Amino acid sequence: MQIYLGIDLGSTTSKAVIIDGNGDIIGRGITNTRSNYEVAAQIAQNEAEFNSRFTLLQRKLQDGTAKGDEWTEVISHLENRFHLRQFEARFHRLFEVMNENASLVEDKDLSAKMATVLDRVKAGILSGLKEKFLSGEISQTSDFFRDLFSTAYMETIANEAKDLYDQLVALYDRSITPVENEMLGLEFADLIEDAIKSLPDSEIANNASFRKYLSEVEELTLKPTDYIGTGYGRQLLPFEEKHIKSEILCHAMGAHACFPKTRTVLDIGGQDTKAIQVDRYGLVTSFQMNDRCAAGCGRYLGYIADEMSIGVGELGPLAMNATYEANICSTCTVFAGAELREYLNLGEKKENILAGLHKAIVQRAFSLLARSGGVRNEFTFTGGVARNQAVVKYVGQMVSQNYGEMTINNHSDSIFMGALGAALYSSRRKE
Amino acid sequence: MEIQKENSMIKQKHMLADQFIELSQVKESGKKVAYTFVPGNLTELIYAFDMLPVYPEINSLQSGMRQKSKEYIHEAEDMGYSEDVCSYVKCDIGMMLQGNIGPTGQQLPPPDILLLSYTGCFVFMKWFENLKQLYPNAEVAMLHIPYQEGGKIEPHAVKYIKDQLEKDVIPIFEKVSGNKLDYDKLGEKLDLSAKAEDLLIQVFDSAKNTPSPIDAYFGGVYYIGPIFTAFRGSEDCLEYYQELLKEVEYRVANKLGPITPDGYMKEEKYRLVVEGPPNWTHFRGFWKLFYEMGAVFVGSTYTRVGGVYDDDFRHSSTDPLGSMAEYCLGCYTNRNIPQRIDLIESFIKKYKANGFLVNSIKSCNSFSAGQLVMMRDLEERLEIPVGFIETDLVDPRYYSYSNIKNRLDSFFQMLEQRKSFIVDDDMLPDDVLT
Repeated sequence: MQIYLGIDLGSTTSKAVIIDGNGDIIGRGITNTRSNYEVAAQIAQNEAEFNSRFTLLQRKLQDGTAKGDEWTEVISHLENRFHLRQFEARFHRLFEVMNENASLVEDKDLSAKMATVLDRVKAGILSGLKEKFLSGEISQTSDFFRDLFSTAYMETIANEAKDLYDQLVALYDRSITPVENEMLGLEFADLIEDAIKSLPDSEIANNASFRKYLSEVEELTLKPTDYIGTGYGRQLLPFEEKHIKSEILCHAMGAHACFPKTRTVLDIGGQDTKAIQVDRYGLVTSFQMNDRCAAGCGRYLGYIADEMSIGVGELGPLAMNATYEANICSTCTVFAGAELREYLNLGEKKENILAGLHKAIVQRAFSLLARSGGVRNEFTFTGGVARNQAVVKYVGQMVSQNYGEMTINNHSDSIFMGALGAALYSSRRKE
Repeated sequence: MEIQKENSMIKQKHMLADQFIELSQVKESGKKVAYTFVPGNLTELIYAFDMLPVYPEINSLQSGMRQKSKEYIHEAEDMGYSEDVCSYVKCDIGMMLQGNIGPTGQQLPPPDILLLSYTGCFVFMKWFENLKQLYPNAEVAMLHIPYQEGGKIEPHAVKYIKDQLEKDVIPIFEKVSGNKLDYDKLGEKLDLSAKAEDLLIQVFDSAKNTPSPIDAYFGGVYYIGPIFTAFRGSEDCLEYYQELLKEVEYRVANKLGPITPDGYMKEEKYRLVVEGPPNWTHFRGFWKLFYEMGAVFVGSTYTRVGGVYDDDFRHSSTDPLGSMAEYCLGCYTNRNIPQRIDLIESFIKKYKANGFLVNSIKSCNSFSAGQLVMMRDLEERLEIPVGFIETDLVDPRYYSYSNIKNRLDSFFQMLEQRKSFIVDDDMLPDDVLT
């Protein structure tokens, strides 16, 4: 079958989207961007391929079985278990490397103690995370291996090995990068078999239609007919020049594909904010990007989350509980951190401070929007930050305050817009 | 057939070398020196008094191209000039503090007159205020040029400038030079200027050809060299443009593109019009970002900063002071924003450009003001892709290669997508077409 691949190598996350010949998304893959960009892109692509097989399996079951709809939940459970298998493989590999590195510690006594702790905590950490996977609590778009593992590991060693805490953190720091940059060579067929086996009952495993369609999907060659890479790290992708495209154009194309009446696109990513004006064909007519300072971007939120020792995903919901927005004057991420601490010292509620910080980001993005020519109807908000509900709230407020009432689009795939645009460009090439 | 590509450049080089030799020998020759600015320069008047002009802006840009500006800017910042002050000013002040050694390695003479005729840039006034402190013996002749707020040259503005010339500027020159103004000599120079101006416009208008035989921005800064600085009104200047035009005509006849540092431009893929001065500290690298992509500049506003000759204006001996007044009033940065937009629109149409780019200058508030309005207006009027990058004149700290490259990549792809993408109204839902 004809499929097209778009890869968006962002500063924080790497995304891949696979579309079919109709331009519909069949697979999405995302991972955290890491020091080895090629691996990040490859992992995102593999994830998108795996996800495509699930989508195609679902389509076949939907069309080919009597109660097609009932398969949706089954596939979702199966996909959770599939992801758990992937997680476990890297989890075991990380422990291997940590054990190797622990054995290299010159102080043999310390080395042995570290190995003992690792043995002791391993099962506990894994079982805690297993539960989260099986209950569907893990978000495939934001909970990456590094984040999941480090949070659980740090908590466990803080409780169970206080005296070795610093050494064990250092051990993790030394081991995670090489493990993250390793391709584990996991195959869809093996992972899915493991996932099926782990299901509580054998009904699905023995269902003839399921088996038939699964085997068809397993045998499909998902080699992209064409592909395009985009994003902040696009030049580092091992692609020829003709397979590289500016993220400005790709975001605009993705947004336009989802919302054809889009005229203005605001994309807030990890360290870039882009205000893009497009014509009715989705072709860019002008754009502005932040220069020299990344205060209005996702990294700002990441920094604030670190300062408050909470997850990035918790920031938006907390800010939504604010009674008012504390006034954050600073347009600089580092100084905003200082303002945050000052407010905390004064006893201000963190919800109100966070609301102020979110508003500050949006104000900065809107100054960029104004530079690019303002907001034209319709307005589409894309990028990883478009999933933060507090940012979305202030974007809505500022659009209506500054430009009047107009349609504001925010797609559930907002983080994949660049990759989608790239895939669409590759599918619509002339040659 | 021998390619005459280098004759004009060689000639310009000799002209400049001779000029700096002459400047270095004023002690012996007894010639007086006037420091002045490029936009609104009164070079013919200076030469009519047999004085020599020095252009601090040109010295700054030369320092930038010779990688000296960083050091000069630091010198000025050590003296207390803030990071936000115009980098031309700081570079110039720093150069003077370090002995006023010019681009040829020879020391420049101190000014006898600071001729402050300025168009559109109010920093010039503070610049010469500071030079007056460095050179307390210099006379200051100030010529105030009213901004073209109403979008046209008003007779009262011309009269206002002529009065200043007659009552203030010329008497100071007469005092310093010890000579009365010879109006015949001035008139001859103004008529020679007009002839060179005709040729300059022919050079600019050669960009109507495809491929364009000139690069009106990076190449353009060489083409404007003589006429914007010490040579307007001279025979040498006229000869330079005769030579340049021959070279351009040769390229037109042979369907050749402009000459870049890597030889003739190979393929013309994009034709651009640009607003704003170039960056001088990374001049070649900056140029390369464009010619490597097959982008040629067919029009630029920077090449109008020292005089706009695209309409009917020419210097003239008929009313010498009136013609100098009109010249000053008409300079690019002295025009209001709607006039500038109209001028750019005319370039885009006349030279068949398919993109408009702004190179905004971090430390130049006068030039940068209004650029976003220009972009928006042109985008709406002409449905042309517009791009925006930021650099600086001579402060190398503000030249970020990766930022510029990233934006230009997107900009070129915006231009390319219009060629390669299948635009088909049938693909769009009906409501999108409304």
